[in-house]
Amino acid sequence: MSDNNLPATVEQRGNLPAMAHADIEQFVSINIGEQTFGIPVMLVHDVLGPQRITPIPLAPSEVAGSLNLRGRIVTAIHVRRRLGLDPLPPKEQTMSIVVEHHGELYSLIVDSVGEVLNLDAADFEAHPPTMSPRVREVSAGIYRLSDSLLVVLDVSNLLDFVTAEAA
Amino acid sequence: MPAAASTPAVAKTSTPAVSEETPRESQVANQSIRVNVELLANLMTMVSELVLTRNQLLQIARHEKDSEFTVPLQRLSQVTSELQEGVMKTRMQPIGNAWSKLPRIVRDLAHELGKKIDLVMHGADTELDRQVLDLIKDPLTHMVRNSADHGVEGPLDRVAAGKKETGRISLDAYHEGGHIIIEIADDGKGLDPEKIKAKAVANGLVSESEVETLSEQQIQQFIFRAGFSTAQAVTSVSGRGVGIDVVRTNIEKIGGTIELQSKFGQGSRFIIKIPLTLAIVSALIVEGCGERFAIPQLSVVELVRASTESEHRIEQVQGTPVLRLRNRLLPLVSLERILNLDRQETQDETKDNETFIVVTQVGTYTFSILVDRVFDTEEIVVKPVAPILRHIGLFSGNTILGDGSVIMILDPNGIAQATGEISVADSSADQEALEHRRSSDEAVSLLVFRGGDASPKAVPLSLVARLEEIDLAEVEYSEGRPLVQYRGLLMPLVSMDPSMTLGTEGRQPVLVFTDADRSMGLIVDIVEDKINVEVRPEAPSLMGSAVIAGKATDVIDAGYYLTQAFGDWFKPDAQEGGRSTSSRRVLVVDDSAFFRNLLTPLLTVAGYDVVAVEGGEQALELCEKGASFDAIISDIEMPGMNGFELAEKIRSDERWSNTPIVALSSRTSAEDLDRGREVGFTDYVAKLDRDALLETLSATVGA
Repeated sequence: MSDNNLPATVEQRGNLPAMAHADIEQFVSINIGEQTFGIPVMLVHDVLGPQRITPIPLAPSEVAGSLNLRGRIVTAIHVRRRLGLDPLPPKEQTMSIVVEHHGELYSLIVDSVGEVLNLDAADFEAHPPTMSPRVREVSAGIYRLSDSLLVVLDVSNLLDFVTAEAA
Repeated sequence: MPAAASTPAVAKTSTPAVSEETPRESQVANQSIRVNVELLANLMTMVSELVLTRNQLLQIARHEKDSEFTVPLQRLSQVTSELQEGVMKTRMQPIGNAWSKLPRIVRDLAHELGKKIDLVMHGADTELDRQVLDLIKDPLTHMVRNSADHGVEGPLDRVAAGKKETGRISLDAYHEGGHIIIEIADDGKGLDPEKIKAKAVANGLVSESEVETLSEQQIQQFIFRAGFSTAQAVTSVSGRGVGIDVVRTNIEKIGGTIELQSKFGQGSRFIIKIPLTLAIVSALIVEGCGERFAIPQLSVVELVRASTESEHRIEQVQGTPVLRLRNRLLPLVSLERILNLDRQETQDETKDNETFIVVTQVGTYTFSILVDRVFDTEEIVVKPVAPILRHIGLFSGNTILGDGSVIMILDPNGIAQATGEISVADSSADQEALEHRRSSDEAVSLLVFRGGDASPKAVPLSLVARLEEIDLAEVEYSEGRPLVQYRGLLMPLVSMDPSMTLGTEGRQPVLVFTDADRSMGLIVDIVEDKINVEVRPEAPSLMGSAVIAGKATDVIDAGYYLTQAFGDWFKPDAQEGGRSTSSRRVLVVDDSAFFRNLLTPLLTVAGYDVVAVEGGEQALELCEKGASFDAIISDIEMPGMNGFELAEKIRSDERWSNTPIVALSSRTSAEDLDRGREVGFTDYVAKLDRDALLETLSATVGA
């Protein structure tokens, strides 16, 4: 199990010099399809390779199942499904980012995980109104990178689909 | 530690005699410390993790025989278990903590309602898990309020009914198995069946014509329905329709059950049964469509293997599958369907129509769950499911198994609810049918197998504790007799054919017979089937023979083989006794289900009409109901009323005073014999001397 964990777990936080600078924020970049997304580094617990996931019957389709992360039960979420995208073909290797939300761990299944980016708050912008509502619902805004755009994921909105659906 | 730090609980228990108790109190205070509950919760979590890790290690070690890790791992396992037990103990609190406010509540209520009520509490020091305690606190308070308000009458009514002016509510708590039993009883007016009937009809729960056919007990069950209150007036205390149903829901949420006994005019008694702890439960692991699930052992009544050929088969009622199990029909829930599982093409459709059925009980409602496979039972640490999954009522939690995989824990309550409203009337009818079945005479269920020679053999199914397959490599020999380790004990193996030698490899089916702490394995070849037959006697070691499926089948006498395993299980000095074939009614009173099961077929075969009960109280009840018998066979050592007391009671009652009573006991000293004659036993037979019993019986009855 632990052999699947990438060596680069992102648990050392707050000791980077960049953190001293108030206008710099750190994000872990993830890729889904062509698009790059970012998750605030402080929320990230682990980055995992493919895991053995136990499916949960009757769960919402976004829920992939649950897995055992060092003795804690983590609920795995298909981010692709949540964004309304088609799932990857099953043979495709995926990666997961484990985030903590209200004391519970969630593993977000994404296509791949990039790196930790230091982004200047000056590059941040609210998302354009023309963006698809599905993406707008789960994102906080957009950072302009030199060669692309990074959509910041709002984790609590991302995990809010049950209440939204149940209502 | 300063005296001020003594815990409130300590201070409270010693209030009656403060001056004398002071030195002891400070001593206790010196030896106890206050610990933050959160810290304990954390400790518990850590121990739970440790247990899981230990399970994982054990799983790995199981694959590696003779590893050098085996011994330290065993030690680790033991220490972990002890640690777990220790930490569990720290979570335990006396139930009295939840009761401490009750006297005041009752006093205030009595004052307000102008009643006189005594509250009697027993077993306040019975300990249970803090978490459970918190959850039952409110239901308990509610029930006591209920008793005070609805149960106990006003002083005038009480005197008019010929009762003492002061009513009495009693609370009892005690341990039983892995459970805590809490009884709340009052000597008030009990439940008025007419009122409940009227209310049930008014609420549309049952039609007017139907209600007349219901028994008093079935009618009482209606109070567990939502929104049901028979209080004439809404008081500040109760009668607002938020009643016992909420209590029941809360108790069932923590895996407990609630039962009601009430006699109109005499009072009511609620019996609550709850698990000691919620953190670690024993669960049965099952598989459906390749996915594994855990079912809490507490709700599992039995496992049944069903195939198209066996007696237990699945039948359809207008497209709805039901299970026919020993003359009962049980609703059948398919795990596949209820959980919406996908059966993959690669998995072969349940090999040769064989499936496993987990018979599950929730309260008085019994239903069965269809699964593909059944694995072990495991001690699992229940973890709550993630908030985004809480709306799925079918799961009570999830857990990590020994092999590291996560599995969901099924919630039998949720499944029962998802498969339709629990029908109160039906389930209590079932219950009655069950009770009826226990006492009535019916065809014997036999397990048919092959062993020794080629002819099919059969044994009464009720005697067989389990069907096991043992690994022949694990068979050990002591004084040339084969033994095998079974559930932590050595179990002797007896072969049908004494000359047969066991192989050293492969697997061997055995029938396990168990009584008290002794087990014996009977080596058989193939277990074939279960059928109902009438048997007739023929030879020793065989109870008779029957024609089963067109073949003569020897029905073996399990007793004969038991003596082969334990010489003292039966007295060996059996004589051939004359067997009466006249149909006489015999009442068997024995607390051991094993012996009841053993004696009933034996006596039936000898031509007697047998009714078996488990204690003197039940026997007297039958007398009360006007049943008559030609003879009574009673055990001497029984919990509750023993055989001597029973005999005295029977002799003093004119209805049964002439019925011969035969004592059946392992106590056969001269002293016992004298005492037996004194109290009126007709004869005294050593327990398990079956031939002597039959002879005595035929002599007594025939005379």
